Amino acid sequence: MDDKILILAHTEPDGSLGKAALDAIETGRAFGGSLAVGLVGEKALALRGVPTVYVVEGPEFAQSRYASDAAAAEALCRATGATLVLAAGTSRWTRALPGVAQRLDGRIDSHVTAFDGGRATRWFYRQRIEAVLTRGERPWFLLLDAGLPYQSRDGEPRVERVSVALPPLRTRVTGIVAPKSEQQTIRPDADLLFVAGAGWTKKQKDGQTHVEEAGKLVLGFLAATRASLGSSKSLVDLSGEGQSVLPFLSHLNQIGQTGATPRHPKGLSTCCHGEEPHVVGWRFIQERRAVNLDPNCGWARGKADVLYVADAFEVIAKLNALLSA
Amino acid sequence: MTYQIVVCAGIVPDPLQTLEPVSTPAGPALKNETMLPHVLDPWAACSLYEAAHLAKQFAGSKVWLVSLAPKAKLQQVIMTVAQKAVFDLIALDAPSSGFTDSAAVAAILADAIASLPALDRSKLLVFGGWESASRSSGTTLQILGERLGIIEQFQGVDQIKVLENGALEILERAEGGCHQVSVCDGPPAILGWATGNLREPPNNPQVGMANMRTLMPALQRAKSTQLAAGNLAYQSATLPKQQRDTRIVKDLPAEDIARELAAWIRG
Repeated sequence: MDDKILILAHTEPDGSLGKAALDAIETGRAFGGSLAVGLVGEKALALRGVPTVYVVEGPEFAQSRYASDAAAAEALCRATGATLVLAAGTSRWTRALPGVAQRLDGRIDSHVTAFDGGRATRWFYRQRIEAVLTRGERPWFLLLDAGLPYQSRDGEPRVERVSVALPPLRTRVTGIVAPKSEQQTIRPDADLLFVAGAGWTKKQKDGQTHVEEAGKLVLGFLAATRASLGSSKSLVDLSGEGQSVLPFLSHLNQIGQTGATPRHPKGLSTCCHGEEPHVVGWRFIQERRAVNLDPNCGWARGKADVLYVADAFEVIAKLNALLSA
Repeated sequence: MTYQIVVCAGIVPDPLQTLEPVSTPAGPALKNETMLPHVLDPWAACSLYEAAHLAKQFAGSKVWLVSLAPKAKLQQVIMTVAQKAVFDLIALDAPSSGFTDSAAVAAILADAIASLPALDRSKLLVFGGWESASRSSGTTLQILGERLGIIEQFQGVDQIKVLENGALEILERAEGGCHQVSVCDGPPAILGWATGNLREPPNNPQVGMANMRTLMPALQRAKSTQLAAGNLAYQSATLPKQQRDTRIVKDLPAEDIARELAAWIRG
């Protein structure tokens, strides 16, 4: 391969490199050759096991901000003369790198799930069609959804510091809004995704809704399993309309067409019909089980490994008791 | 304080439709694409509602909807959308396929925005969805911004608040269910919206009638535009092959299901 590869990585707020960044570096290593890593952050890190590290550092680069991130990435690309630029698809790089590709008259592809040095695989139509593509334009930027597992190696790299001419900065990051740890229901590293569908808030066998009980059951399950909580769009929309629904759900919990596509080894769906707009968000959930009263729901049509036709209120209550025992 | 808000929104097949890729001389396409019912791209639609909401708060503000799509399809979709928010339509007649290149789309959108009459960049906010439901790449708005020379850019936006001094406080989605809070001095800025906090407005026939005066002429004026493919080549476009052999468990007591699930979760 004749391409010159640059892996771009940024530090996290605590100054470390995130897992996604490390995995992107490992992915680049697999191609061998004249690999370089470009690091952006407040303070450079000691990264080992790669031939060359180009560093942009300074307090301005601690913040995740388009203007400074794009300037840093542009400077690194120009300094290295890279023709292939790989980076983890973090919110920071996803915001900045498309603009950098434009500055360098290159092209960019995001959500790349596989790359062999010439061909990139990515999903279209929200994980409903998978395509393999090539590009003649260079530099070609690829934002990776998944990389190879990082392995630490020895070897002192050559370090080059790159200076950046920053434009006037008109934006400042003032903070991060995160739920309190005991209220945080989105856990990207969890082994299990638990999806609460709209059925939890609908009338039950006795003709009444049992939203409070539903909330306790769902939170009890999350406490027992440390699962990540997802929801279907309809449930999130109900909460947006001010109806009495599960109060801990927000749009951020939404999975599917207009929500997230998380990666977990297992997923358990409850009270959700498994319609396609929701299930497209399950593309990267390996083992799938569902509990639903309707034996003909979407999950039954080849979308889940197991569908339990049962009342989720009863099942989750029993399950919580077992898991907490 | 007034804003000129340009919303970029394409159209996509209704999410409930079955999609099947086919091969054409021009690259991959959707089978019977012209027959599929379409909707306004969902995240871009959220950005339109947010734009209308912001414009309503600041009298004298104006909203444009710039849409690149096949004219006939766009006309069908826009009849519904026009009842939900007040806007001027800028229609660009071109394919809305997800297999087109975001750089080519951004170039056309940027030209259309730059040529808007009486455009005042000091009031300009460009809105759109942070990812489309077709290409799903989340790259178009950033390229468009670069072409317009706008480097205050935000993606995954769920909230905008105008502060007393005119600065914009913006909440963007970050990893792990968090929001990053940024304060931008003011326009011009690019905002790629996620879901936001507003629900879909109900249809309002009066809004529809007001919009209709300008919509039809805009659709008639829509220029047919070619999208440059560049050196992008597709080797394949396929449906995922994984169809699961679902085991349907009926008539099993809740206790037994719970035991099976507990073993599966622990395993």
